[in-house]
Amino acid sequence: MAHHVEVAEEQYVFRPETKKKLYILLIVGIVVFALGLVFAMNDGGHHDAAHEGGHAAVAEAQKLVASADQHGAASEGHAAHAEAGHHAEKPLWIKRLFSTLWMNNVFFTGLGIIGLFFVAIQYAAQAGWSVGVKRVPLAMGAWIPVAGILMLVLWFITHHDIFHWTHSYLYDANGAEFDKIINKKAPFFFWPLAGGSFPLFYIARMVIFFGLWYYFFVQIRKNMLAEDLEATNAYWYKNRVTATWFLIFFGVSSSIAAWDWVMSIDTHWFSTMFGWYVFASWWVTGLAVITLIVAHLKSAGYLKIVNANHLHDLGKFCFAFSIFWTYIWFGQFLLIYYANIPEETIYFYERMRTSPYSWIFYLNLILNFVLPFLLFMTRDAKRQISMLKVVCPIIIVGHWFDFFNMVTPGVMKLEGGIGFLEIGVALIFAAVYLLVVLNSLSKFPLFGKNDPMLQESLHHHI
Amino acid sequence: MTADKNFLVGVFDNEEVLLDGISKVRSNGLKIHDVFSPFPVHGIDDALGLKKSRLPRAAFLFGLTGTCLALTMQIWMLGYDWPMIIGGKNYASLPPFIPVTFELTVLLSALGMVATFMIISDLKPYKWPRQFDVRSTDDKHVMAIDLALNGGKSKDDISRILKDAGASEVNEKNFE
Repeated sequence: MAHHVEVAEEQYVFRPETKKKLYILLIVGIVVFALGLVFAMNDGGHHDAAHEGGHAAVAEAQKLVASADQHGAASEGHAAHAEAGHHAEKPLWIKRLFSTLWMNNVFFTGLGIIGLFFVAIQYAAQAGWSVGVKRVPLAMGAWIPVAGILMLVLWFITHHDIFHWTHSYLYDANGAEFDKIINKKAPFFFWPLAGGSFPLFYIARMVIFFGLWYYFFVQIRKNMLAEDLEATNAYWYKNRVTATWFLIFFGVSSSIAAWDWVMSIDTHWFSTMFGWYVFASWWVTGLAVITLIVAHLKSAGYLKIVNANHLHDLGKFCFAFSIFWTYIWFGQFLLIYYANIPEETIYFYERMRTSPYSWIFYLNLILNFVLPFLLFMTRDAKRQISMLKVVCPIIIVGHWFDFFNMVTPGVMKLEGGIGFLEIGVALIFAAVYLLVVLNSLSKFPLFGKNDPMLQESLHHHI
Repeated sequence: MTADKNFLVGVFDNEEVLLDGISKVRSNGLKIHDVFSPFPVHGIDDALGLKKSRLPRAAFLFGLTGTCLALTMQIWMLGYDWPMIIGGKNYASLPPFIPVTFELTVLLSALGMVATFMIISDLKPYKWPRQFDVRSTDDKHVMAIDLALNGGKSKDDISRILKDAGASEVNEKNFE
């Protein structure tokens, strides 16, 4: 059926009412955050009774780790390190604030680069169906520079409180706090400088990753928008090449970013699955955000060229990659569970068996696997906007919890938890993220009228 | 006249004529037995007004059977029938059972779906499929009308409706 269908161009209008709603969200976030800050400052970090059992569990696990380390030249006080008790000069609420800021920024960074990643795979795979939705993820890429600046600034403010490996005493071979294991990992952070000095390699990677991600984003956006003015396939071919280079770079950089920004918090611990794990979490959250924005645009009367078939494809993406995330989660868990090596099991010991995190550990599996799996299983569920609007927020909130449990236990030990402070910061990030993304979306037409794949997308039928 | 034996067969030259033809034939009150095409035609399910397949539901139930079977089998074997300690874990610990459970879920749901599909499509090993027109495997689209189910109309009426709907020829086909 080779009918040529004419479609009218569309442009998203970022209306003042929408902006007002987002500003209200932002103000609510700030109020909740301020309340949380006051509560946290007055809390003073007393251990309540519920924490005691958890303490015993962690102490036991650390004994196991310490005994496994004994064959090395590790000193007696080695196990006490992870607690970092006598080094925490700063009050607990500051650590809690830093931890939640870092965690939210890593989470939302993913929602920026996944937008670009989605656009890139559409070009590399020569996908035709996605012309109507492709500019939503493109707009999400506008978050990349904001996230990059925040990441760099936050790192310099928070690094001693979040990253154990930044303390120079760990690398002093004659000091009492010398850590043989972390010292071996020093070049990964400090090369070409000496361990314990400025982490040049680490910071350079951060700058290069964000710099190149932003560069690729600007290139791909430039070509997509140039195509609107000039009806030629040349820009599409150009973008296919750019997208392929980006994907190669992203494959490496997303994994290293996961080690750098998340895994290095638990400096002694490592998992070869971790890069994939963070990527899977970012990817499925990003897909849920794309789907949710498309669903809302559709409800608001935009995107007339998107129909149930396109929504079905987005729904399938969310469904499939929820299962993919679970597969990665289980792949990481089962190997560590079965091998039963204390250095590795401590990670799950802290998250599964200790009271502030245990409920999140199980909630994570319910929100990110059980619910999307059952709710998105049927064909109809994926084709209906109302259902997409229910399941996508579940996935997004679920993976926020996932990132919370990746970051917080390593920073806060047993003092972590979710309160007004954490919710407030998340709301602030969400409001600012949406302001940036929707503002960017209002700057260009909602789909490329000269996209060579436009007719294929209009005839998409599954 | 018994059903499923005597047919009029309309032959269509291309899928656009066929899709238009289906709606014309149906709006004239004729019941279509089935349509045969050499390749998948988008939109033909909607045009024929086919009900949604219930195969996914069968697949879900087969999968659920696989899940239950796998869990029961492993818990019974390793927990009760011949308890063994493996890797220092409890007798019946869930995580190592997950991969086997997953595999059996997929296996039963796949085999069950294939079997269900074969049965409902009447694809038995000893039964040859009926062919309304051999050209439906080459370059023609074929629409079969069961005369017994359209008893209110004469052969000539049906033939004329098919011709009006765009059929390039109409043939009679009888099965024993």
